[in-house]
Amino acid sequence: MKLKQLESELGHLVQFQSPKIELEQYPTGAHIASRMMYMAESNFGDICGKSIADLGCGCGTLGVAASLLGASYVIGFDQDLAALDTAQENCRDLEIDMDFVQCDVKSLGLTRISVDTVVMNPPFGTRRKGADMEFLSVALKIARTAIYSLHKSSTRQHVKRAALQDLGAKTAEVLFELRFDLKSLYKFHKKQELDIAVDLWRFTV
Amino acid sequence: MRLLTHNMLSCNIKGVSKGFPLGIEVAKLETKTVEFNPQFLRHSFPKIEWKAFQEAAKTLGVNDLPEQVEPSMLDDDDFLRRFHHALLEIHLEEGDLVCPETGRKFPVAKGIPNMLLNEDEV
Repeated sequence: MKLKQLESELGHLVQFQSPKIELEQYPTGAHIASRMMYMAESNFGDICGKSIADLGCGCGTLGVAASLLGASYVIGFDQDLAALDTAQENCRDLEIDMDFVQCDVKSLGLTRISVDTVVMNPPFGTRRKGADMEFLSVALKIARTAIYSLHKSSTRQHVKRAALQDLGAKTAEVLFELRFDLKSLYKFHKKQELDIAVDLWRFTV
Repeated sequence: MRLLTHNMLSCNIKGVSKGFPLGIEVAKLETKTVEFNPQFLRHSFPKIEWKAFQEAAKTLGVNDLPEQVEPSMLDDDDFLRRFHHALLEIHLEEGDLVCPETGRKFPVAKGIPNMLLNEDEV
């Protein structure tokens, strides 16, 4: 599948009907999601024929992208059932087989969950400090090969240090920096918060 | 959810030491065809807890999986197709997953198991 085609498919996905701020729910835009996943496949071969977990999958954008790029098995985890219902609808529309589990992502580190590649757009930890690093810690426990994740560029040094020194990542690399357009999803958003710099990371285990 | 997912899930209630494998109570199953990919099956095989998988498959009405397996079977097309079907094509749509130690039920609705724990279980 070509990048343009992937972006177009993702652009048609249904997103959060009533986003919950306490979970920092905001959609992963088609532009970002398509580039993130396309790069994971074309530069690193981490998607096609692999097993993939999407942590905090929300409406399933990254998992759906993985499926469209030929992943053999995709599982999405989220605690919000409304988001999972939407994700399932998205899969049904595209005739994609993806499994979903409603759970607290933090609890997954204790399980037998094991996949080749983890993809995620975690909460940035602006509402609950450290939420992003909790996701990364879990991702490093369940991935056998690589993790693709988005983190605020302002936390770059912290993410790198924590991943390599505390969480056991073998490598931690920023693939590119991008602008995350949050749109005015929530009423409290002030103008300057609409567009933030975000890094696409690739971690290996 | 499919049996590959079941093979990775466990009950994580505080104090539970043997939360795997979860029992399955079936209310509704669905079967959907998935493209046969022997390479993925061979790649996934070493991670599968076979006894749990084979017993879960039986609960879902699949009785043609061997109790004992060895890697040489991965060259047998007939075995791979049975493995493929049980692992990736059968969906538990409605039912319950049951903790083997406490009997706590995790409901599965519209194909999605609810593994959220209550505050007093964490």
